[in-house]
Amino acid sequence: MESFDEALNIRPHGRSVIEIQDITKRYVMGEEIVHALRGVSLRIHRNEYIAVMGPSGSGKSTLMNMLGCLDTPTSGHYQFNGKNVAEMDDNELAEIRNREIGFVFQTFNLLPRSTSLRNVELPLIYAGINPETREEMAARALQKVGLADRMNHKPNELSGGQRQRVAIARALVNNPSFILADEPTGNLDSKTGGEIMGLMETLYQQGHTIILVTHEADIARHARRTVHLRDGLIESDDYLPLMETEFVIGSP
Amino acid sequence: MRRFIYEISESWKIAVAQMGSNKMRSTLTALGVIIGIVAVTLMGTAISGISIGFDKSMAIFGDDVLYVGQWPWKRVDDWWNYRDRKKIKTEYAEPINRMIAATPRSNLTVAVPTSSVYRSVKYGDGEVNNVLVRGTVSDYVITSTFDFKEGRFFNELESRGGANVCVVGYDVANALFPSASPLDKSVLINGQPFKVVGVISRQGTFLGLFSLDSIVVMPLPAFQKYFTAKSEADILVKVTDKTKLAEAKDELVGIMRRVRGLSPEKKDDFSINEQQALKSTLDPIKNSIAIAGLFITGLSLFVGAIGIMNITFVSVKERTKEIGTRKALGARRRTILLQFLIESTALCLLGGFIGLALAFLMCFLIGVGFPSFPVHFSTDLVVVSMVVSVLTGLIAGFAPAWTASRLDPVAALRYE
Repeated sequence: MESFDEALNIRPHGRSVIEIQDITKRYVMGEEIVHALRGVSLRIHRNEYIAVMGPSGSGKSTLMNMLGCLDTPTSGHYQFNGKNVAEMDDNELAEIRNREIGFVFQTFNLLPRSTSLRNVELPLIYAGINPETREEMAARALQKVGLADRMNHKPNELSGGQRQRVAIARALVNNPSFILADEPTGNLDSKTGGEIMGLMETLYQQGHTIILVTHEADIARHARRTVHLRDGLIESDDYLPLMETEFVIGSP
Repeated sequence: MRRFIYEISESWKIAVAQMGSNKMRSTLTALGVIIGIVAVTLMGTAISGISIGFDKSMAIFGDDVLYVGQWPWKRVDDWWNYRDRKKIKTEYAEPINRMIAATPRSNLTVAVPTSSVYRSVKYGDGEVNNVLVRGTVSDYVITSTFDFKEGRFFNELESRGGANVCVVGYDVANALFPSASPLDKSVLINGQPFKVVGVISRQGTFLGLFSLDSIVVMPLPAFQKYFTAKSEADILVKVTDKTKLAEAKDELVGIMRRVRGLSPEKKDDFSINEQQALKSTLDPIKNSIAIAGLFITGLSLFVGAIGIMNITFVSVKERTKEIGTRKALGARRRTILLQFLIESTALCLLGGFIGLALAFLMCFLIGVGFPSFPVHFSTDLVVVSMVVSVLTGLIAGFAPAWTASRLDPVAALRYE
């Protein structure tokens, strides 16, 4: 577990992956101006496991879109690995999403007519990796999520939990800076949801950075740090008690 | 660059899968393009067929022969100025030839008088009506472009002596002598027997209007003796070097003015015609037929293109969420644009292929069933219709593909 040790070393004062400062986002909806975010600052380090929580309308989704580089803020700074995201154009954002972020969606969002392998290969195609390497990397990612025997199955031949695993493999395949999971268990029964959270835990243990967006406290409990949003502002930003953290560090 | 290639190959795979999973829809949409391509291609074959026939007809006149006549070979608005011109006479050939011989380094070779009437030609029980009977001299063969199927043209001796010999066209020979050779047989024209010495090989029709093979050619003295005492004629003058046609024309104008005895202040009272002049009169007609035909058939292709555009819009709408997902995974605007452009182009190419195959088949059947109908299928046409298919796909697909590429990823992901 070399990556884990390495993560341990940098965790307390490490370089931040994400640094946002005083971010605001305004939408115009009809004649009304909606202030989705009113000034949010957040710093996320490598190998953090952070949950973003909040009721609907709290700005949770908007913050997720910002973090996922799907949208740019109205004002404020967003530094991603030292690069200023707020000023990037569409193509640069696409590049960041492709190389640095692994998306996991509530509805899985797999291509229905493609096999697991082809689904997982998709980000690699956009990254311009050659077909042989692509297949190899995709197969490895599927192995990692325990689907080595389901590579040539199409989504409709897989269970919900398996589909989400394919989606997670797809998120992992490009070795991104962090995984952004939006209600990853929202469409799954609690048992399967638990398995998915177990997989997330394993990935975290292996050194991945995970951002979890959810409104369920049960799910958020898996994270080591919880950010609560309310009315477009951060209400609280709590780390798990140290004891529990120690326990986690000791566990692998 | 490599990424671009992977994106394109990925887009092709998606396009093929997409067509496969929406077979009915793809077929119906492609049908619009198929009909369009069939219409345009058939029009193309007809146009090139007409064009080839046109050039063939023009070639009959020869590109190195000048025609002296009363009327010019073009539309005239002041026809009354030409009506009262003196007729061109067969006798002019002699002084013209003398002057050509007297001119050193003349641009002209020889002048040949021709005079024609329409008569029936009989042999045994057989009879052909409305045959062009033409009297001329043995040098006529120099100014003409035809070949002989069998036999020969009448010689100078027969020409001068006005022997009762003749050369018959392909149709005349075929109608009167279906199984035997007409050589050395005598056909009856106006009750007079003429011995056949040659048969001209098939020449086809002139602009599809009348047959060039329904002809009998005989020595001028015999012609004048039996058919007409008047000496109205056309004079054909062969040019030495066809690149110096303008100089040759000037020279001939000078000669004709001397023959007619025109004083310098008088205008020409004859016309010097040539193939090129006729061509430039008829070319605009040919071209406007082609343009009108292509425009009308192009409309059906346009309707097909609208179908493609429509179905691509539907496809974009249906797959909004997929577009959002692809964007989240790193697809750029260009990637999405390409994907839908390739989808619409693939559909058009499919339609183009099928349409071309159908057009080829129809052309073949027309060629078998109606040999006289001018269709001509060329490789150029294949290339052009494939290019047209691709362009149709690109143009029709552009608006929907552009819309797709500009979708906001957040909104697209939320779309249900």
